[in-house]
Amino acid sequence: MESSRSVRRTKEEKKLLRRQIKASHTLLKHEDITTVSHPTKHLVVSNGGLGNGVSRESLLEVLKEGGTVESLLTPPSKPYAFVSYSSIEAGQNAYTLLNGRTLQCQDQTMTLYFSYVVKVDCDRSVSCALPPGLSVLEDFVSLEEELQILKAVDWTPHADDVTAQKALKHRRVKHYGYEFRYDNNNVDKDKPLPGGLPVECDALLQRCLAGGHISVLPDQLTVNQYQSGQGIPPHVDTHSPFEDTILSLSLGAKTVMDFKHPDGRSVAVVLPERSLLVMKGESRYLWTHGITPRKFDVVPVSETGGSGVMTSDLSNLTLSRRDTRTSLTFRKIRHTPCNCAYPSVCDSQRPPSPPVVPVAEGDACRLESQYVHQVYEEISSHFSSTRHSPWPKVRDFLLSLPPGSFLADVGCGNGKYLGINPAVRAVGCDRSVNLVQICIERGYDAFVSDALSVPLRRGSCDACISIAVIHHFATQERRRAAVRELIRLIKVGGRALIYVWAMEQEYNNQKSKYLKEEASGSSREGGEELKTEENKAIQKEEHDRNMISDIRCTDDGLSNVTQPKIHVHTNRTAFLSQDLLVPWHLKGNMENKKGAASGCADIPVENAKQKPVFHRYYHVFQQGELEELCLGVKGVKVLRSYHDQGNWCVELEKTHGNFSIIAAGK
Amino acid sequence: MKLLTHNMLTSHVKGVTKGYPLIIKATEVKVNELDFNAQFVSRMIPKLEWPALVQAAEWLGQSQELPDTLIPDYENDEEFLRKVHRVLLEVEVIEGCLQCPESGREFPISKGVPNMLLNEGE
Repeated sequence: MESSRSVRRTKEEKKLLRRQIKASHTLLKHEDITTVSHPTKHLVVSNGGLGNGVSRESLLEVLKEGGTVESLLTPPSKPYAFVSYSSIEAGQNAYTLLNGRTLQCQDQTMTLYFSYVVKVDCDRSVSCALPPGLSVLEDFVSLEEELQILKAVDWTPHADDVTAQKALKHRRVKHYGYEFRYDNNNVDKDKPLPGGLPVECDALLQRCLAGGHISVLPDQLTVNQYQSGQGIPPHVDTHSPFEDTILSLSLGAKTVMDFKHPDGRSVAVVLPERSLLVMKGESRYLWTHGITPRKFDVVPVSETGGSGVMTSDLSNLTLSRRDTRTSLTFRKIRHTPCNCAYPSVCDSQRPPSPPVVPVAEGDACRLESQYVHQVYEEISSHFSSTRHSPWPKVRDFLLSLPPGSFLADVGCGNGKYLGINPAVRAVGCDRSVNLVQICIERGYDAFVSDALSVPLRRGSCDACISIAVIHHFATQERRRAAVRELIRLIKVGGRALIYVWAMEQEYNNQKSKYLKEEASGSSREGGEELKTEENKAIQKEEHDRNMISDIRCTDDGLSNVTQPKIHVHTNRTAFLSQDLLVPWHLKGNMENKKGAASGCADIPVENAKQKPVFHRYYHVFQQGELEELCLGVKGVKVLRSYHDQGNWCVELEKTHGNFSIIAAGK
Repeated sequence: MKLLTHNMLTSHVKGVTKGYPLIIKATEVKVNELDFNAQFVSRMIPKLEWPALVQAAEWLGQSQELPDTLIPDYENDEEFLRKVHRVLLEVEVIEGCLQCPESGREFPISKGVPNMLLNEGE
């Protein structure tokens, strides 16, 4: 009996030790926290973090059993906390007593593992500066006023309701003055709702006016009601429908609103109940704001009336359960285009909304002209500087051609495939004059033409390649015509190699380089080729901007019955649709702009940082689509088809001639 | 634009049936010395439209006394191959235009780049 009990105890101790060692390894590996084996007064408590759902109060209660706690740091969303005791002895005592202790929190049981650290090496406070232009006015309305206003918002639906009301996916919403439309993130300025704003809001709006927070009374109100666990995706309120200052009154419960700058900076702001959030300038125009859907928020502990703005002192954070919160957002309808200093996020200063997938030939031509031809002309020199590495399998194809073969590279870009096989006589063509100019300067033969009408004699080529070209045609008919034209150029028995970008960027459990480069931090642009550098911040900006446009999709409960819109793709992510606009971040102009700015100190930083972004249209191909497209062209057979680094590829052979009579001349 | 390229180019204007060869109207012609590769040139020759090449060379005043019809056994005639080398690969039209012999449509050549783009409906 005696011995078996001792064995069992050892087993449990071993298990505890094993888990504790594992926890300290995790700390080192993922958090760069080095633990030590000798006793100290500082300990890290694994599984005792706010990120585990352990509140500061319940953890502190346990920790006090070990001795006098000098400080407790609870970094937000981390799975650990730091405790410092008054002495090494107290630390050692706590370690012996509390290691392996379980703690019931929310719906689960946490086992706490303790490790010694030499010192608590943790920034006590993360940046807590508010976004410029932002302020939170606490207790802006009284308890009575709060009740009055909440009562005034009647959520029960009426058949003849004067206010527009909707249950969105994530929250309830009601509009006064003007309806905010979630399908286009705008308002119909010539369709005011009858009734105007509720009179219950008059007093607080007059106070805003008197206090100088606004200079003119708002005429649009959106009421949002969030249940616990609900939120709103990060967004910037569309610039064109609303004037600068936006007011948001929080009623019923507090919440935490996350503000994000396009450069990645992020600030969490506590909005206590009855507080008024005032967003002006940069915070209104440039920073996104949103509420993460969750049931608990990390908030400062000391709440004497709801301490308002975010403090990030880690010795002062805990969890707060969310209750139903009603927010009233007051805005003033804008009647002239927005001319803010943030054009990258300004709809008044950006091209009109995205195009739709074309059906008619004319629409397709216009789309390609604007989103393919013009873009390549604009980005040609930067594009060319990123295009130097031939794809190995394309090179193999070129080297397999018999000496003396005639080769046409239709869509040759900067001509990087024209000199691969010197025994082959190669001629390139491209729609972009600037890119063909680069080919000529490199001593290659090339001319400007459209891939649908190549001015070469029928059957004059032994081989053709079309690398990353056909995905730029906007209808299936035009994509097929491009294949047909390619086949017209080759003689019977000649071969054609076609590459198009694949919808499937992950194939056979392998991510394409296009996706992988994101994780590794180095970069490629446009699935196709190597790119010199990429700026993480730009991607972030693009990402955030897409989040903004995502609201359009998520909150719009109505499905679009017309042709689908072509959405902007987020670089280096999986494709969400087949027809998309892929951003190209132009480099090279920056230096010039900087140079210009250096002589003129008062150019706003934001403007100096602006880099032009172009959007290229792509139709990415699904598995099998390219083969099917080619089989719709008479007189060819598919020799082989394959997936190569995020592209679908086919090698074709011309089996018969004289099917088409489109070609002029010979 | 080299004459080898010209030899492959044809008018693609809608409705045109006799668009070959394109008439060359050059205002600037350059000759760039290039390494001579007899094998490469003799491999090109059977793929050429010979009369069109001779015609093009004449337009540019670079005929090199090329015969109207292709000579037999040219593979072993180095002097002949050198002439073809010059006409095919060394003579370049820098400025001027190409004209469709049937429709009269002109395609500009600028900085050595022939622009063969057609307008919508052409």
